[in-house]
Amino acid sequence: MNGIHDLGGMHGFGAVVPEPNEPVFHAAWERRAFALTLAMGALGRWNIDMSRSARERRSAADYLGKTYYELWLDALERLVIGANLAAPEEIAAGRVMQPPAPVAAVRATDVGALLARGPTERPPRVAPLFAPGDRARARNMHPQSHTRLPRYVRGHVGVIQHVHGCHVFPDSRAIGRGDDPQWLYVICFEGRELWGADGDPNLKVSVDAFESYLEPA
Amino acid sequence: MSTSQTPPADPADHGHASEISEIELRVRALETVLVEKGYVDPAALDVLIDIYEHRVGPHNGAHVVAKAWNEPEYHAWLMRDATSAIASLGYIGSEGVHIVAVENTRRQHNLVVCTLCSCYPWPVLGLPPVWYKSAPYRSRAVIDPRGVLRDFGLELPADTEIRVWDSTAEIRYLVVPMRPPDTQGWSERELREIVTRDCMIGTGLPGPPDRLARQGHERHP
Repeated sequence: MNGIHDLGGMHGFGAVVPEPNEPVFHAAWERRAFALTLAMGALGRWNIDMSRSARERRSAADYLGKTYYELWLDALERLVIGANLAAPEEIAAGRVMQPPAPVAAVRATDVGALLARGPTERPPRVAPLFAPGDRARARNMHPQSHTRLPRYVRGHVGVIQHVHGCHVFPDSRAIGRGDDPQWLYVICFEGRELWGADGDPNLKVSVDAFESYLEPA
Repeated sequence: MSTSQTPPADPADHGHASEISEIELRVRALETVLVEKGYVDPAALDVLIDIYEHRVGPHNGAHVVAKAWNEPEYHAWLMRDATSAIASLGYIGSEGVHIVAVENTRRQHNLVVCTLCSCYPWPVLGLPPVWYKSAPYRSRAVIDPRGVLRDFGLELPADTEIRVWDSTAEIRYLVVPMRPPDTQGWSERELREIVTRDCMIGTGLPGPPDRLARQGHERHP
């Protein structure tokens, strides 16, 4: 999805303003929204790619107008409703009106195990198409659904720097089509390849790109 | 998302129940439904909050970097297989199941960003600061990283290559900064004090300069 979340290379957002002695959370509700998102994600009714997709699928004005944890809260409500775990009326009222789905909560004693799970690497079934040193072009692709290939590298040629192994494919998982593991690469682009003659001559930018994002160049 | 860097403090923090915000009520409503349906154990929420507010943070990463500075074997392990080297110190968990360490040199300075969302190595740095998740950082880090570094008061020589890592998959990156030359003979514990969060993202250099500055002052009165 060519959404506003894909911010790399845009102008007009102004300076980065670090906050001195920034607290981890800025309000009590942020703590709860954060923890609820992790605890509900652990139930396995959706995956991280569906969560990211739910945070992205909104208007640009809405995305830019909300704070980070407002986006998390909004996405969590959508995911809960989409998975039929609660009705919109229940969430609006803060009151249970329908029987629950058969789901076992993560207990406080299980939190450690919950946080330790989740490697995304899988055993490969085919040999990698690219090796370090190979040139590759990021495909000119514009899927309507979730993808992790940022717009600013699409169509540009880079050099494969490293092979991370074979990992689950977010574009597939986000739409419920399974892990579809693929080789994952560090592909490195020269600044001037991405940004033209005015680009920083002493800049290199890499993304982690799945094999189907790339074509030989 | 909003680029506002400091959301207003929540009134509930100050005990004024009559001033509870709309968003606070919305979160409470959602939590009530999810708890009453049996999907969420409120005690598990408290544990999660405690872990990420009090236990996990940049001090973990500082431990990793300081140890790497002082122990060549650990340094080699960290650069070869950061996930295992970091896990050996007990730092594991979400948003950090695959970690790669990238090392600054005189010729190359590394900078980590997630242009698409907020990917960040939680086990070693904790949760990301607001600026890391903000539109200004995410938009500019890949096209104008030297400008971003200037926002942090950092001016690097023009012949130092800036190497930006956009975390677009489930690999998380940790920058290993250059050890300041004035720290020879420092213990690992002393070194930890100067390894800041920002220098492990790439938007800073080791500091705060308290002891470094003091030493410099002593040497060059």
